[in-house]
Amino acid sequence: MVWTGLTALLSHWRRRPVQLAMLLLGLSLATALWSAVQAINGEARASYDRAAAILGQDRLAQLVREDGARMDQQEFVRLRRAGWLASPVIEGEMRFGDVRLRVLGIDPLTLPPQAQQVDIAAGDQLLPFITAPGVLYAAPETAARLTEQATPPVRVAEGLPPGTVLTDIGQAQVLLGAKDKISRLLLWPDQPIGRAPLKVTAPGLTLREPSETGDLARLTDSFHLNLTAFGFLAFAVGLFIVHSAIGLAFEQRRQVFRTLRALGLPARVLVLLLIAELLTFALLAGLVGVALGYVVASALLPDVAATLRGLYGADVPGTLSIRPAVWAAGLAIAVIGTLVAAAQSLWRLWHLPLLAAAQPRAWARASERALRAQGVAAMVLLLTAAGIAHFGSGLEAGFALLAALLLGAALALPLVLTGILHLGGRLARGPLAEWFWADTRQQLPGLSLALMALLLALAANVGVSTMVSSFRLTFTGWLDQRLASELYVTARTEAEATAIRDWLAQRSEAVLPIWSIEGRVAGQPAAIYGVADHVTYRDNWPILSAVPEVWDRIATGDGALINEQLARRQELGLGDQITLPGGWRASIVGVYADYGNPIGQVIIGIDTLVQHYPDVSRLRYAIRIAPGKAESLAAGLRAEFGLPAQNVIDQAGIKVFSLKVFERTFNVTAALNVLTLGVAGLAMFASVMTLSGMRLPQLAPVWAMGLTRRHLAWLELSRGLLLAALTMLAAVPVGIALAFVLLAVVNVEAFGWRLPMHLFPGDWARLAALALLAAGLAAAVPAWRLARLSPSDLLKVFAHER
Amino acid sequence: MLLRLHQIDKFYPTGEGPLHVLNGIDLSLEAGKSLALTGESGSGKSTLLHLVAGLDSPDAGEIHLGGTNIVGLNDTALAALRRGTVGLVFQQFNLIPSLDVAANLAFQARLAGRPDPAWLKVLAKRLGLAQVLTRYPEQLSAGQQQRVAIGRTLAARPRLVLADEPTGNLDEATGDAVLDLMLSLVAETGAALLMVTHSNRLANRLNARVHLHAGRLV
Ligand SMILES: Nc1ncnc2c1ncn2[C@@H]1O[C@H](COP(=O)(O)OP(=O)(O)OP(=O)(O)O)[C@@H](O)[C@H]1O
Ligand SMILES: [Mg+2]
Repeated sequence: MVWTGLTALLSHWRRRPVQLAMLLLGLSLATALWSAVQAINGEARASYDRAAAILGQDRLAQLVREDGARMDQQEFVRLRRAGWLASPVIEGEMRFGDVRLRVLGIDPLTLPPQAQQVDIAAGDQLLPFITAPGVLYAAPETAARLTEQATPPVRVAEGLPPGTVLTDIGQAQVLLGAKDKISRLLLWPDQPIGRAPLKVTAPGLTLREPSETGDLARLTDSFHLNLTAFGFLAFAVGLFIVHSAIGLAFEQRRQVFRTLRALGLPARVLVLLLIAELLTFALLAGLVGVALGYVVASALLPDVAATLRGLYGADVPGTLSIRPAVWAAGLAIAVIGTLVAAAQSLWRLWHLPLLAAAQPRAWARASERALRAQGVAAMVLLLTAAGIAHFGSGLEAGFALLAALLLGAALALPLVLTGILHLGGRLARGPLAEWFWADTRQQLPGLSLALMALLLALAANVGVSTMVSSFRLTFTGWLDQRLASELYVTARTEAEATAIRDWLAQRSEAVLPIWSIEGRVAGQPAAIYGVADHVTYRDNWPILSAVPEVWDRIATGDGALINEQLARRQELGLGDQITLPGGWRASIVGVYADYGNPIGQVIIGIDTLVQHYPDVSRLRYAIRIAPGKAESLAAGLRAEFGLPAQNVIDQAGIKVFSLKVFERTFNVTAALNVLTLGVAGLAMFASVMTLSGMRLPQLAPVWAMGLTRRHLAWLELSRGLLLAALTMLAAVPVGIALAFVLLAVVNVEAFGWRLPMHLFPGDWARLAALALLAAGLAAAVPAWRLARLSPSDLLKVFAHER
Repeated sequence: MLLRLHQIDKFYPTGEGPLHVLNGIDLSLEAGKSLALTGESGSGKSTLLHLVAGLDSPDAGEIHLGGTNIVGLNDTALAALRRGTVGLVFQQFNLIPSLDVAANLAFQARLAGRPDPAWLKVLAKRLGLAQVLTRYPEQLSAGQQQRVAIGRTLAARPRLVLADEPTGNLDEATGDAVLDLMLSLVAETGAALLMVTHSNRLANRLNARVHLHAGRLV
């Protein structure tokens, strides 16, 4: 009995392979996009964890200076003498040719066993490690990038984070140009009793407890949340296909269900059989989906890695590793998604009256009843969205707002379309036109899920492209202001810097120092820059808000400018006091835009900088000169001092580089968007294809009364285009609302800056053309089949009971 | 002669080879006359009607309608023929589900360019549909649906009315009334009626009758 039932149920799919293909495709695409995002996030998180765990930082306490600056090596000596078991570490960034790396210097003789990342003492490797020129340990990927560069000998060591090299502290101090300096001290877990208290021995140091998540994980959290949200949106759009395919398959098999029930198959068994069938599909599609997800993820990962590096300085490998967790999560989400999509159909089946007539119309009519409920739900959701927009705050509220807005808009769509189609019918003249509108309206329940999916995809597209274009426009304007100087030069040594300054004095209009130190401000990593009192800044600096005479206050040394992200994260405003590394305080006199910078930034007068941080490195300068002379001056600089090409960069070069980083920032979101649009197009196609089978009884009478098949096919095509066009119209305001939320709420939380919104109707026109093309293609196949249908197939409609 | 069929052959492809449904059919019908077509189930009555209506084409033979041979006409010409000259009432009701009764009744007449509200009113009244004009087909009984289908055809005043068991879903009294209506229309307008029926009683009320058996008229 059960076996017979199963065969009867499954025969449906054999007769409708397209429907089956759509179901599996929808499910695997939805799973694929979701898994791709998960795989990317997983890869990034793993590498943050690796970075956080390096040298046992997740297990060992450390001593650091409160302001984050480097300490003298003397501190280490003093602590050892006082009985502390500590090991010095120096850390810093440097370039080998065009490869930028984080250099970690360790002392192999005092290093706690928990921090031993690489077995340096093995064999006779210790001696070459601690004597010049030293040895660099690097992950295989990093080592490969270094083969072209002039470096000390490189050895491969698994387990190091990408973009990091490990070397002896003495070598590292030389490489980083920080003689006798150390960044922090690692503490052994067991310290001897009776050692002198920290306050006495090293009053300037504080104890930092071991922490499992590094700064990176926290900084990038919002970026990954962003990705997750888009992955989820794509998944939801994919589920629309699954839902409509399952719904139709259930409706078309009503007759079979009824017969099986009448033959004595209990409802419970029938539902279980169908669940088993769905689970099989879900697992199958889930497997394909996760595999596909890996393909998508590895295509997107290089861009994500570049974004994370450019935006947060986080190094993520460009290749994916296969994670069992991603497979498990992918299969689970496929199963959950399928069950969610099928819940309504299963529930209806459970309540199927044994003798209810099988009629395709019932499905549509139930949907009509559902329309009113949907309208109410849409209203509630949109009101909720408005409520969150007004009262909520934070990233979670931002995403809740997005979800409520999108879902509300999607649910409202059928209602809005019904209204428009009513109006169209009211205005129509002639029997064909009236029939066209009325019939389109009647089609709506069957198509509404696909149209909702299309609306979501289009709105997301309008929203994201508005955000990205607004970003680009603002960013290019900002770059022009920010990079006002014609040339940027970096000297290799302080002596060379002095020589360059002297040499330039006669040959340029101004030489502006770009000197900075790194430290912590308000508990966050930040950079402190000094600026000269020069018209370049007065005219160009992208100030968002400032007190009057702001540059005079900076020049006299009693004020500081901070960047927008620092102001927003720490809720700092004009007139507030901040404590800078070293413990001195300054008052905030202005806030400026600093797009693309993950950390806080403070600007003070150059004299103040030198006064508080006398050993600041004085290597970088901006040069003002008539634009026409910049190129020859750059050539002169390189020739005179033998500077490598990358040490003298012109404005255009930096702009190109910065723009590239920014273009890539939203590449992933844009790619996910295009894929989502593709999935929505597929949803359209799936629905139109399945519905076209049920369409004949509605079309055949019109054909019999004197319309050609070609004429009918054209009308069918126009119907698809009309619905797509109306959906696109509805998507524009939803997309603008979405862009607003992204720009004014989500980005502010995620990146720490807010951008003005600009509208680009040209982009919408292009998107509309794309949507119409997709809808046209989706409708063209059934229309073409209709045009070529044989009369006897149409006549069968009149011979069969409907 | 309004309608003349000459040596019509029709095959259907089936699993067991071609099925010879109609075999050398000759038939003619004058304007103003009515003809009953009987035959057992599956004998090809509906097939014959569909050929005459220009919905399908025969494998051999000629169908002259108002002087033109419609066999071999292209899709557009056949569609124009269905719109303007013939009116077909199907065996299975075939209303447009998205239009209400009033719109369904008026549909073919408007499509043919012959809208006539006064005539529609009369038809609706005589068919007993005046109370249900704003309903949709799915809200009607089978008999009501059949009456709408008949009304829709008559409203367009076609020169040839083809009816495939039009009273199959009606009780005897209503069926008689509907047949009266069709016959009076044929008489009033000089149209012709070709009607398939299983009922001898109804067949006898028409001017003539033919019987289809094994692909031939007897
Ligand atoms: N499209 C088709 N393909 C194959 N065979 C067909 C097709 N349409 C009809 N037939 C066969 O042709 C024969 C005639 O069918 P038709 O519908 O004309 O019969 P009928 O006389 O109208 O029967 P009924 O009184 O039951 O309506 C039947 O045997 C039927 O099975
Ligand atoms: Mg028949």
